[in-house]
Amino acid sequence: MSALGDRAAAVSEWFDGRSDAALLLALAAGLYALFTGVSLVLGYDLGGIVNTLRRITFLSAIYAMLVLALNLQWGYTGLFNLGVAGFMAVGVYTMGMLSTAPTTNPPGLGLPLPIGIAGGVVAAALVGAVASLPALRLRGDYLAIVTLAFSEIVRLTYRSPVFETFSVGGVALGTGGSTGMSLPTNPIRILFYENPQEVTSPPSAFGEAVFGAFEGLGVRAPVVEGTAYALVLLLFVAGVYVLLRRVGNSPFGRVLKAIREDETVAGALGKDTRLFKVKVFALGCALMGLAAILWRIGGIASTEDFRPITTFYVFVALIIGGAGSNTGSVVGGAVFASLLFEGPNFVRRVVTQYFEVGIGQTPNTIFEAVGPLASLDVTPLLAYTLSDVNVSALRLVLLGIVLIYLIQNRPEGLLGHRTETAASVDLGERPGGENR
Amino acid sequence: MTTTSPDTDGAAADGSAAATDESTGDPLLQVRDLQKSFGGITAVDGATFDVERGTITGLIGPNGAGKSTTFDLVTGVQTPDSGQVVFDGTDITGWRPHRAANRGLVRTFQIARELDEMTVLENAMLAPRGQVGEKLWRAVLPGARSEVVRQEEQLREQAWETLEFLELDHLAEEYAGGLSGGQRKLLELARVLMIEPEMILLDEPLAGVNPTLEEKLLDRLRALREDGYTFLLVEHDMDVIMNHCEPVIVLHQGEVLIEGSPEEVKNDDRVLEAYLGGEV
Amino acid sequence: MATNTDTNTVVAFVRGRPVVVAFGLFVALLFADLLRKLGTGALTTASLAGFLKDGTVLGLSLGLAGIGLAMTYSILNFANFAHGDYITVGGVVGWITAFLVTGLGSTELESLALLTASSRTLGISVTTAPVAITLGLLVSVVVTAGLALLIDRIVFRPMRGQRGIALLIASVGVALAVRYLLVFTLRTGPRGLTAGQATPSWTLAVGSGTVTVTAHEATLAVLAVALMLGTHVLLRYTTFGTAMRAMADNEDLAQVSGIPTERVIRTTWLLGAGLTGAAGFLIALERGALTMSFGWQLLLLVFAAVILGGIGSVYGAMVGGLVIGLASRLSLVWLPESFIIAAAFVVMIVMLLVRPKGLLGGVTTV
Repeated sequence: MSALGDRAAAVSEWFDGRSDAALLLALAAGLYALFTGVSLVLGYDLGGIVNTLRRITFLSAIYAMLVLALNLQWGYTGLFNLGVAGFMAVGVYTMGMLSTAPTTNPPGLGLPLPIGIAGGVVAAALVGAVASLPALRLRGDYLAIVTLAFSEIVRLTYRSPVFETFSVGGVALGTGGSTGMSLPTNPIRILFYENPQEVTSPPSAFGEAVFGAFEGLGVRAPVVEGTAYALVLLLFVAGVYVLLRRVGNSPFGRVLKAIREDETVAGALGKDTRLFKVKVFALGCALMGLAAILWRIGGIASTEDFRPITTFYVFVALIIGGAGSNTGSVVGGAVFASLLFEGPNFVRRVVTQYFEVGIGQTPNTIFEAVGPLASLDVTPLLAYTLSDVNVSALRLVLLGIVLIYLIQNRPEGLLGHRTETAASVDLGERPGGENR
Repeated sequence: MTTTSPDTDGAAADGSAAATDESTGDPLLQVRDLQKSFGGITAVDGATFDVERGTITGLIGPNGAGKSTTFDLVTGVQTPDSGQVVFDGTDITGWRPHRAANRGLVRTFQIARELDEMTVLENAMLAPRGQVGEKLWRAVLPGARSEVVRQEEQLREQAWETLEFLELDHLAEEYAGGLSGGQRKLLELARVLMIEPEMILLDEPLAGVNPTLEEKLLDRLRALREDGYTFLLVEHDMDVIMNHCEPVIVLHQGEVLIEGSPEEVKNDDRVLEAYLGGEV
Repeated sequence: MATNTDTNTVVAFVRGRPVVVAFGLFVALLFADLLRKLGTGALTTASLAGFLKDGTVLGLSLGLAGIGLAMTYSILNFANFAHGDYITVGGVVGWITAFLVTGLGSTELESLALLTASSRTLGISVTTAPVAITLGLLVSVVVTAGLALLIDRIVFRPMRGQRGIALLIASVGVALAVRYLLVFTLRTGPRGLTAGQATPSWTLAVGSGTVTVTAHEATLAVLAVALMLGTHVLLRYTTFGTAMRAMADNEDLAQVSGIPTERVIRTTWLLGAGLTGAAGFLIALERGALTMSFGWQLLLLVFAAVILGGIGSVYGAMVGGLVIGLASRLSLVWLPESFIIAAAFVVMIVMLLVRPKGLLGGVTTV
């Protein structure tokens, strides 16, 4: 345990000497190299490798945005928001109801997608502001419970058959209840298709050219499309990162830190802490809504995606990166998404391929798996462990253990304690100071 | 000096009028009939006093006399059960602390409350009033940010000067959590000075400060008083109170026992009695 | 003048606590509407009685499940998010025991141990298999208490004295690890436990209709009340109870005055988790089924009960549980069924805003 801690400390020391940009680039290069290697081991062709990297990039970007948003609330301001999934759901469902066509089931308003996205983000912000009202008077763990309950109220409402389809003033709307809701097509299709809204649309001239070029390399059209979208998401991450850095490195951010450290002091120094908390909740929740929209668009909105476990994922990612640091948030998002979230599945694939643990004879119960151990046959146990369902279960066990380990041994995150001073100017040297 | 706001009820208005009659000077802070009890225990029981503009008024009393609670009630950290607080002609009873602070009335805490995970410089720069960059949109929008940066540069210089004066400048980049007890007290003082208020309530500002610095600090308090600051000082060190405060208010069991010059207070038998009684 | 003063007092009260007043008005309005519905026949007395009975049963489940949470919350000062999974563990191990005791010899061992055997064939109920149920209850208490001690040793003890949020996060980790280890060994999917046809029930005439009470509902209610009273007596009249109250009040002071804090913590876990295990077993008995996440799904409601009652109060947990249980079932008078859980959460949030210290005012009454 402690050897691992030492190594982590050494790693964080090494990182301290580097600039944040270099750190993020090194991390990206490392993860890409790792997953390229794994893909080669699995015998993927170029298309498969690109698709693997696309998926890693996509998930890392989404989690990075979610973690950045949560970091603003918890890392900077100390507001323990356990309702992340609920605010995400508000963003996605509002966007869906505004922008899906009135003819689909469940029906939407059919408004242009930019309006839908903006509406989703604004709705998440407003709901966040409302949810923050208890935050104004409740201490840490009560706030955690209230926000968690709040997100469950949101989820159960979207899931309720009452709102599966309903009408407001004669206009039909719906959430799709427990079956979910088809969301508008991914806007990246505008680049490649004649009629981006239609799934069956022929590619545009540009799309044809690009698809043709990549087809020759063995990368199929959907992978090209998805890769382009993942790259766009990286731009979004950069945008959110810059935005939150600005928020943090300003007098506003300074007040947030002061609220986290001691709200009474912040108040005694003339800061209207309630107002700051409402703003932080609204801004953070808006970004959560945005991240969720970017995550689900082109697919299906389902209440299953917005269970509390999604919130816990974001928390684990934030704790990995270290609460309070924006760079750490991006690192945490990427490390979580690629290693903890996707990693176990790749481990499963590699192991099943190399140890020829056939899917055919996978034991159905733990007894069938453990029984043969008596005759020193570990294959059934391995096969049981590596079956699809059980890897998913073990992944969550692993997540729990990682969470416990981190909070016990490295509560400040993988990168260690980071100094991101809250000011719009450099607080390092005193400019023109004679005394130094 | 008609100071009470229109919605005050009869009793308090009477008290205020009486006070105006009595006081000859120019009271900046008027405390009237303040009451506060916690679960049956009365901490402050009808405290009434004035703090004249431009004074360093001492507030003393045995342990449990209600000094810190009075501070809390005056600055809005707690809400009084009844009574009235008037600051600079405005009824600020029950105002939340940030409003009082923005009005120019600030306080330090008895046990220094530092923002541990912020540097000393950040602590100091947090305090000033009217920072444009505290508006979210100004902090973020590219065009609006230049003004923020300009103000931040000024604040940074002001913070350095304040830290220098309090001999904290060599610690500017340290985390406040790493400071010693005396340094914490100084940082608290630095923060309230950065606000540039009209009046500062100091809750035992000298506890843990070394004697040389203590002298300098008291000199500086006097200098600040000359500049127009008003202080209300709670201190256990009687020498400090007797040598530097005028007038002195003695609080006992939540009430004002006597108010007068250090000489008067020193020679009053009731004060001695209160202290002896308090010790037993 | 007198009336003027009265009006002033009322106005001041309304101004001072607008949320309380609004909430009170809202409740009064609901009550009036309830009477109206009963009067017009839109709601029969029988269905109202049914809601009240279901609400009481749910409330007692939550109250019983909440005692352990209230105890550890007051001693260790953190919201234990693994508590729900302790409930699940209690239900699972207790029912595996009951299955084994009933079916061993006649049914395949594996299907008994994995709870996949047909509940119809086994035919377990309090009257047909009282021994199996008693043993199951005992095992659920012992195993859950042991598990809680083990986890405390590994996870929480190294973190003594840390902030509540750090412990809360660690408990989320525990919750995930425990729940998905259960899923890994037993697999997901609901398990039928009791045999409906073998369970006696009583049908009572209420107004023009009837209300049915099953023997399992009665068992849960009786045992829940007995266990709660027992716990109360234990905490009130034993040295352990005194030590626990002292620690809940001020841990440092308790330590200085020579209270063996670690031992009190251990006993608290033993007692609290034991009760939690029993709650898990009894709730599964009453429902006749369980899943690997039933405790987790109950957790927020249990939190609601404990917070409502005031953290650290056994009576409070009981009262809070009843309020939450009744509120969620009575909400059926106005709301569709898909909203009953949401309604309970809303009650909790509103109550937290109105009375953050809980119904019993945050007085530790253990």
